[in-house]
Amino acid sequence: MNLTADLMIASPELFVAIAAMFLLIFGVFQGNQSTRLVSWLGVGVMFIAAILVLAGPVGRVVAFNDLFVVDGFANFAKILLLLGAALTLILAVPFNAREGIPQFEYPVLILFAVLGMMMMVSANDLISLYLGIELQSLSLYVLAAIRRDAVRSTEAGLKYFVLGALSSGILLYGMTLVYGFAGSTGFDDLAAVFAESAGDGAPIGVIVGLVFIIAGLAFKVSAVPFHMWTPDVYEGAPTPITAFFAVAPKIAAMALFVRVMLEPFGDLFDQWQQVIWFISLASMILGSFAAINQTNIKRLMAYSSISNMGFVLVGLAAGNETGVQGVLLYLTIYLFMNVGTFACILAMRRQGRMVEDIDQLAGLSRTNPKMALALAIFMFSMAGIPPLAGFFGKLYVFLAAIEAELYTLAVIGLLTSVVGAFYYLRIVKLMYFDDPLDAFDQPVGREISTIVFGTSVVTALFAIIILVFPLLDSAANAAATLFAV
Amino acid sequence: MDQLLLEYLPILIFLGLAIGLSAVMIGASFVVGPNRPDVEKNSPYECGFEPFDDARMKFDVRFYLVAILFIIFDLEVAFLFPWAITLGDIGVFGFWSMVVFLAILTVGFVYEWRKGALEWE
Repeated sequence: MNLTADLMIASPELFVAIAAMFLLIFGVFQGNQSTRLVSWLGVGVMFIAAILVLAGPVGRVVAFNDLFVVDGFANFAKILLLLGAALTLILAVPFNAREGIPQFEYPVLILFAVLGMMMMVSANDLISLYLGIELQSLSLYVLAAIRRDAVRSTEAGLKYFVLGALSSGILLYGMTLVYGFAGSTGFDDLAAVFAESAGDGAPIGVIVGLVFIIAGLAFKVSAVPFHMWTPDVYEGAPTPITAFFAVAPKIAAMALFVRVMLEPFGDLFDQWQQVIWFISLASMILGSFAAINQTNIKRLMAYSSISNMGFVLVGLAAGNETGVQGVLLYLTIYLFMNVGTFACILAMRRQGRMVEDIDQLAGLSRTNPKMALALAIFMFSMAGIPPLAGFFGKLYVFLAAIEAELYTLAVIGLLTSVVGAFYYLRIVKLMYFDDPLDAFDQPVGREISTIVFGTSVVTALFAIIILVFPLLDSAANAAATLFAV
Repeated sequence: MDQLLLEYLPILIFLGLAIGLSAVMIGASFVVGPNRPDVEKNSPYECGFEPFDDARMKFDVRFYLVAILFIIFDLEVAFLFPWAITLGDIGVFGFWSMVVFLAILTVGFVYEWRKGALEWE
């Protein structure tokens, strides 16, 4: 065992862990007036961690007795979730100062959650998977309830905690069954066991355990029928936290989901494909139809994220390289669209108070044309209208579904995307064709306007971006690493 | 498959033994134990509270804080015992692993100290 090599492989995670503990001690000695500094230091930590990820080893390497794996797929997901977490933390800085969330623990908890997520995408064993999920979840529960004197926020935190604990229990139960019947928790060992017994089918206990694991993971990505917590938590949590919830944990959990299904359980494809097929379909349908009646924009975004996760799961249900490439591309695009939309939501303030009703956006094109244009770009993109980014995400997952001959899933998915277009376009209609209400507070702040500008440019010009930058290739390479084993 | 199930036979025997033994113990105390109930004995007891009372009562949250802090250090000790016993086998690497663990725990301890979680007043 070569400890130095192991530590080098895990250097981004180690850096985040040590930096987060350092910031915790720094903050507790400086008090809450250091929150702003700690937040920007946290952004810096994630930036350096991203550099460490990029500078890390090329190709698949395992460390710590096969508990930890670094490959192209993990690196791609880590860059995405670090980017998402850093952007939402930047959004939180002015919000927290203004809305009375003075705690310096906020950025520290985000860093610990990010550490858990990096662990999740690099897990190569059911136990390290569970450790990552718990570190992430415990930080997220506290973050959801960080506004301790608001009933909504504490309710969101408590709901998330109770249901999260239940899902962790389900996940653990599934893991014990798999361990009991397959005799190992390591992904490589499990893959070898199932490859050997692929001919005569896996024992029934493994199948039951696999279903429990899928249920636990489906909860983390808020796929139907394990979605019920999402709207309440999204609505109750402070808005920058909601933005964070909508992006980074979803990316990490989805990357983990893909790895668990394709690496250890890759040879049980026939068994899990139908389950993924169903939760994907149900998420797309429920996410689209339930969003129609929403009046609160954060609840709307919750249902939107449920249906988006349904689309991502289409790529997983296909179970081939194109599918995983589609998943990674979709998550990339989802990251930019969501961060941008939530930045716009954060700019919805009137006389110093946040407003969250969709109706309040009426006539925004006349009171704040730039913000209306940006929000319109995000909405058109989520509706999947070419040549905006959202179209390419859907294109690649459905291409994979067609390749895997999942015609029913592809057709129903496209139909639900039409239903989804209704409520996305309703917002555009409100902004451009309805009578204007009072203008939102100006200026919105440098952080918000910069992020809205950046993400809307990426969303609008995505067709050019994939021509200039090798994003498609890097996603394809990342996807290929999962199938190379 | 049958071979696999056979490996779990000790657990089945253990379960049977546990159920049987506890049934015997409960049954025996039921049959031979003295039984002189009074009002105090019949009332359920829980942590010094009235068992049936309005749940909306004032209760000092610091009790929970102390309990949680206690659990953390309690578990730490539970982790230290097997480490101390196997120290000869795990060597320098095992020693420093525990030092790192204790250092992380100390970070948490410094945090709660500075936060004032240990001050009762």
